[in-house]
Amino acid sequence: MVMKGYTAVSADGEAILYEDRKRWLWALSLLYPLQPLLGIWLHYLTGVEAWLLLPLLTGYLIAPLMDWVLGEDQNNPPDAVVIQLDRDRYYRILTYIVVPLHFIALIGAAWWAGTQELSAWALVGLAIVTGLTSGLGINTGHELGHKKSRFERTLAKIVLAVPAYGHFWIEHNRGHHRDVSTPEDPASARMGESIYRFATREIPGAFRRAWAIEKERLTRREKPTWSTDNQILQSMALTLILQCTLLLLFGWKMIPFLLLHNAFAWWQLTSANYVEHYGLLRRKDENGRYERCQPHHSWNSNHIYSNLVLFHLQRHSDHHAHPLRRYQSLRHFDDLPTLPSGYFGVYLIAYVPWLWFRIMDPRLLALPHVRGDLDKVNIEPGQRSKILEKYASTASA
Amino acid sequence: MSVFQCPECGYRFDEEVGDTHEGYKPGTKFHTLPDDFACPDCAVRFKEDFVEA
Ligand SMILES: [Zn+2]
Repeated sequence: MVMKGYTAVSADGEAILYEDRKRWLWALSLLYPLQPLLGIWLHYLTGVEAWLLLPLLTGYLIAPLMDWVLGEDQNNPPDAVVIQLDRDRYYRILTYIVVPLHFIALIGAAWWAGTQELSAWALVGLAIVTGLTSGLGINTGHELGHKKSRFERTLAKIVLAVPAYGHFWIEHNRGHHRDVSTPEDPASARMGESIYRFATREIPGAFRRAWAIEKERLTRREKPTWSTDNQILQSMALTLILQCTLLLLFGWKMIPFLLLHNAFAWWQLTSANYVEHYGLLRRKDENGRYERCQPHHSWNSNHIYSNLVLFHLQRHSDHHAHPLRRYQSLRHFDDLPTLPSGYFGVYLIAYVPWLWFRIMDPRLLALPHVRGDLDKVNIEPGQRSKILEKYASTASA
Repeated sequence: MSVFQCPECGYRFDEEVGDTHEGYKPGTKFHTLPDDFACPDCAVRFKEDFVEA
């Protein structure tokens, strides 16, 4: 395969030649949205309904296994080539092509669910795996929604319409990035908060914050909140058209199918949000303002396989430092809070709260900027006394 | 009329044109923006971080 090199001169005058070893691997992004269709095809060939669950296997078994086998990738583009790499159109075009693929995946799976005589569990299973796949669509919407161009923001609204999550990019860009790793952020998990409890705070909290941000903008523009200029409603309108069409075409089965699909797509995002900032806390200065988000306010993972699936989302500290930076240019840094595995493996841990607390709480308290000091941790208020009792001794040690 | 720029992402607030998408009319002075004004593009830099370009 031909490598594409970037040349630049570093700050100390040295000539640099950089080749992105992951360049062509990023094209795998075009395959992940199609996983439910692969399962359907295998079901069609063999008549075995269990094949419909194929994306569960790739997501929860193969992905953690690939992370374990392939390990980490700490390869970084040098500072001097980041701008060139950012401008290389190849990378962004991949994110554009992924958008229609998510529509094809949902429509294809709905068609199969609506036209085949599936058993109840197969229908439920197909809805869940299609939802998990649309969760990846939220990740693509995340990448696109951070960009300045109107075209990319429009694509973000379009892809977020698939899982009925059109408010996400507004909430995320203008809310989460501003409030990250503070008790005020519904999308930052607290120490002692299980993922299930977090979901009940994050999902409604994120929607309310998005709505408030958009309402404020429309008020400044002297427009009603319920108007065609409301960017949340624009995306939701597309959701309504898409999902009502599926309902009309494929009948009542679409009601449980789409509800489960949407819920599991949201759950994917909840899972990512849960692990990204668990327990981390920005300090308040003397004026009561939070310090700027620092690299140690995000958990990271350099596992190459899951990073390829998620457009480098796991290089999360650099993402928060430079929210507009394109995925291919996100960098790894030493000595950052690091998750024990890539997201997909870590999700499995998070779904078992006692295991999660057991693994992550000591990891959190051992961070160099925390060193057991519970005042430097974002703690779930209901768990505070329990956590103080359990860990107060480590602070003095 | 001046131009103020976000040091993180390069977003420019030109007082002459304002930012109609955000609801700031042409001619809006930068100092009249709300105190909690965050950069509309990156939201990680605030009014006091902006530099006059
Ligand atoms: Zn900015």
